[in-house]
Amino acid sequence: MIPARTEYVRPTSPEEALEALADPDAKALAGGQSLLPAMKLRLARPGLLVDIGRLDLAGVDTANGELRIGALTTWDELAGSEAFRRPAFAAVAECAAGIGDLQVRNCGTIGGGFAHADPASDMPAVALALGARVTARSRDGEREVETGELFVGPFATALATEELITDVIVPVPPPGSGSAYASVEHPASGFALAGVAALVRPDGRATIAVTGIAGRPLLLGDEGELADVEVAGDRFAPAEYRRHLAEVLCRRALDSARARAEEDA
Amino acid sequence: MTVQAVAPGTTRVELVVNGQPRLLDAEPRTLLVHALRDGLGLTGAHVGCDTSQCGACTVLVDGRAVKSCTLLALQVEGRQVTTIEGLAAAGELHPLQQAFVDHHGLQCGFCTPAMILTAHDLLARDPDPDEEAIRAALRGNFCRCTGYQPIVESIRSAAAELRGRP
Repeated sequence: MIPARTEYVRPTSPEEALEALADPDAKALAGGQSLLPAMKLRLARPGLLVDIGRLDLAGVDTANGELRIGALTTWDELAGSEAFRRPAFAAVAECAAGIGDLQVRNCGTIGGGFAHADPASDMPAVALALGARVTARSRDGEREVETGELFVGPFATALATEELITDVIVPVPPPGSGSAYASVEHPASGFALAGVAALVRPDGRATIAVTGIAGRPLLLGDEGELADVEVAGDRFAPAEYRRHLAEVLCRRALDSARARAEEDA
Repeated sequence: MTVQAVAPGTTRVELVVNGQPRLLDAEPRTLLVHALRDGLGLTGAHVGCDTSQCGACTVLVDGRAVKSCTLLALQVEGRQVTTIEGLAAAGELHPLQQAFVDHHGLQCGFCTPAMILTAHDLLARDPDPDEEAIRAALRGNFCRCTGYQPIVESIRSAAAELRGRP
């Protein structure tokens, strides 16, 4: 399969990229692990690919007491980053290490994954649980969007087509916090049938988020209540099965996050 | 814009493949695997599933295993691409290649170049992976002859051989 005909630019600065993305028929190409398969299937047919892959937007650092993950940081880099060794951030590395396979993790990026907004994507659940937000830039300026508001539906975000995610910002939880991600994957596709991320704070309160069971990742209550969630099913995994998985995975993620909180300093 | 757009037609692309700069004609939509196979005659990267599942198209870009059916040729312009054809130095098989011969790590051979290149990435990070780590690294590489056991043995053997080298 070969994608439909398209044009291609490789900007050398974010400003150039934003200029190119002002074309309504343009799409940003980061690692390509979601966009290129979609283009091969003609699910996406951009007239212009803006290859942002070589912009200086990768890496993890600390700024203003928060973690800043560059949008082009690959899943593999997240899985191996020292920044996520701390038990409070363990969910990030744990989740990243389970995404796709080695080859996909070598190319796929957190910014690209978030912009693609696959409803079964793993990391959005972790982002919601940790209270992360993204920085989005356009020619008109820069704004921050809470990940809880970023994912609005299947393959849909709150961003405009000309906006580019440049960073994912993760608040630093207080010492004595722990996080975890637990999922059950579709054995063929590797995507989550259900995935749950939990952050437990020193006072024992938890933030829990789920992915894979609805059209977008969702924040749940302190105990991971699922009663109000309208769970979507398909022929591989009916809604009731996914609901059951989510309940079990909530317990597993919470248990693991609580154990980690005791090791966190 | 200071960046010249590449129009939908064919353009001249320079790839660095197995250490050599190579010129070929490609479209913006040309996938790396087709550029390698059809443009440069390097048929060691195989088109298996063509949907980023089977890993038969795996090559190395800057030393990292990637699926060449899910990358555009233009994306890797100027980067170091290594295919199975570039692994043997001066006519001598790479230890991974030799280990696959010695341990019967292949049956039909279709998945073999990709298995070897994925293992090459793994061993660059972890010179002494246990069986679990090897199987985890091979998750994106399918062998339809179901020969995983000798493949794992081949990689363990090659790892030991490489660790013993100065």
